[in-house]
Amino acid sequence: MDQLLKAQDVVSYIGPYTILHGVSLEVGHGEAVAILGRNGAGKTTFLKTVMGLVKTRSGILELDGKSVTGMEPHLIQRMGIGYVPEDYGIFDLLTVEENFRIAMWKEDKETLERRDYVLDLFPDLKLAYKRFARNLSGGQRQMLSIGRALVNDNKILLVDEPSKGLAPVIIESLAQALIEIRSHTTVLLVEQNFALACAVGQRFYIINEGRTVESGLMEDLVKDKELQALHLGI
Amino acid sequence: MGTFVTLIINGLAQGALIFLMASGLSIILGMMGVVNFSHGTLFLWGGYSYVWSYYAIRFSVVMRLFPDAVPLTRFGSILTIRGVQLPPDAALPFVVELGIFLAALAFAVVLVFALGYVFEKLFISRVYGNIPAQILITLGIQVVFTDLVRVIWGPNPFPIERPPFLNGVTAFGGARIVHYNVFLIIVGAVIAVVIHRVLTRSKVGMVIRAGLQNPDHVRAIGINIRGYFSLVFACGAALAGLGGALYMPLVGNVVSTAGMSNQILAFIVVVVGGLGSFMGSALGSVFLGLMGVAIAMLIPGLSVVANVLVMALVLIFKPDGLFGLAVKKHG
Repeated sequence: MDQLLKAQDVVSYIGPYTILHGVSLEVGHGEAVAILGRNGAGKTTFLKTVMGLVKTRSGILELDGKSVTGMEPHLIQRMGIGYVPEDYGIFDLLTVEENFRIAMWKEDKETLERRDYVLDLFPDLKLAYKRFARNLSGGQRQMLSIGRALVNDNKILLVDEPSKGLAPVIIESLAQALIEIRSHTTVLLVEQNFALACAVGQRFYIINEGRTVESGLMEDLVKDKELQALHLGI
Repeated sequence: MGTFVTLIINGLAQGALIFLMASGLSIILGMMGVVNFSHGTLFLWGGYSYVWSYYAIRFSVVMRLFPDAVPLTRFGSILTIRGVQLPPDAALPFVVELGIFLAALAFAVVLVFALGYVFEKLFISRVYGNIPAQILITLGIQVVFTDLVRVIWGPNPFPIERPPFLNGVTAFGGARIVHYNVFLIIVGAVIAVVIHRVLTRSKVGMVIRAGLQNPDHVRAIGINIRGYFSLVFACGAALAGLGGALYMPLVGNVVSTAGMSNQILAFIVVVVGGLGSFMGSALGSVFLGLMGVAIAMLIPGLSVVANVLVMALVLIFKPDGLFGLAVKKHG
């Protein structure tokens, strides 16, 4: 499979603290890959490092063969990375419509078609389209965050803990949406909810203490109870 | 009743001036997280550059049209300000007076916009996220550029006049309506509507509102927010410059301490109104303006104390300000 995102021995830091000590992974075109690990392992920091929101000390980060290491976040995003942050990143002072519009690279026919696709995927957003985002529920905010990242012609979608703080019934519909999304978009998912990660991811990487420690097919991890207990505490 | 109307108009005019200063300060502080103590000096530069350009243009126009006009006493230092007395029964046409006034205002606003842009690029951009450094560097700018005003235009206050077409008073039902105050209210209202429309109807406004909440998320959706920071800072500076330009003719003299005193008022409005809130800046400015003239009439010695007292009460009972953003602030 063609390689789309490549991280090799990535070391990154926040202030005086080194958070990632050597993360390596690859995501191919059209794949859905899950990053797993315990709390504080460095999963969220890895996504932020890819986006340029956390500074890289060493290592290689490439998208489609082009280096994104050390680039400004807005330039990385424009190279084709849609990012769904852990806290949704919704702008409360904007309406749902404005949250879409501010994220659009351009408001052409293709972009508006993608927005319509998102609104079909998440009908709640269509109903709340003119409302201020501060009035949305947690589930709706997550839908908006994912939908907003889909309006551009991105090459890959980075999704950080989409199930966090959501009710089980919402997580279930979110899983369905992510499965639908992965059919035409490459997805890199960070997730603590093992069931959701298994439902969406085809391959996995486990990060522990800022390092990649395991990788493989998701179906193998599902069977490997020992590995689950060792690194995921399941 | 007449006194009441006079007070309301005077208070609204004061509020309009404070609003010009506070609205930019509030957005700079809310969106960029920059504690900007150089706002007062931008106000001052607006005032001095307006006065200098107004008198320079008017002197040149009058001397060309009326060669027997009499030049008046010269004020200033490196740059001088000189009035001119028209011959008896002579007057400049209204359109010419208006043109001179608008040209001088435009000069002041453009100059201070450019100053703000340069300040952001040279100094502010180096201290994002570092509040102690911001306070030191903007205070440094305040001191240096205020002294520069004194070097360029001299340290002493000097009197100035309002444009003749704004220099009247109308008696109406016992009230004394100063034309310049009505003009200030109209300018304040127009600027408020323009800012509101930009914030609510344009992509720039969307980015500003989003940036008020979380600049990092704005960057992560592909927007170069640092570019917007320069623009916002320069626009905030231009508003302060316009405030300074309109303030000098109101008080009738030019004094180099005006920047700091008005900056303190603007900071009080930002605290009272709520950080980054347009509505807070607008209503807070009107409130402080009205309260200022009322206190000045009733208990003149307490006008500064009253402002600080209001700020203290708001900080105690509503620390986010009366119209603080109803969002969780990040980043």
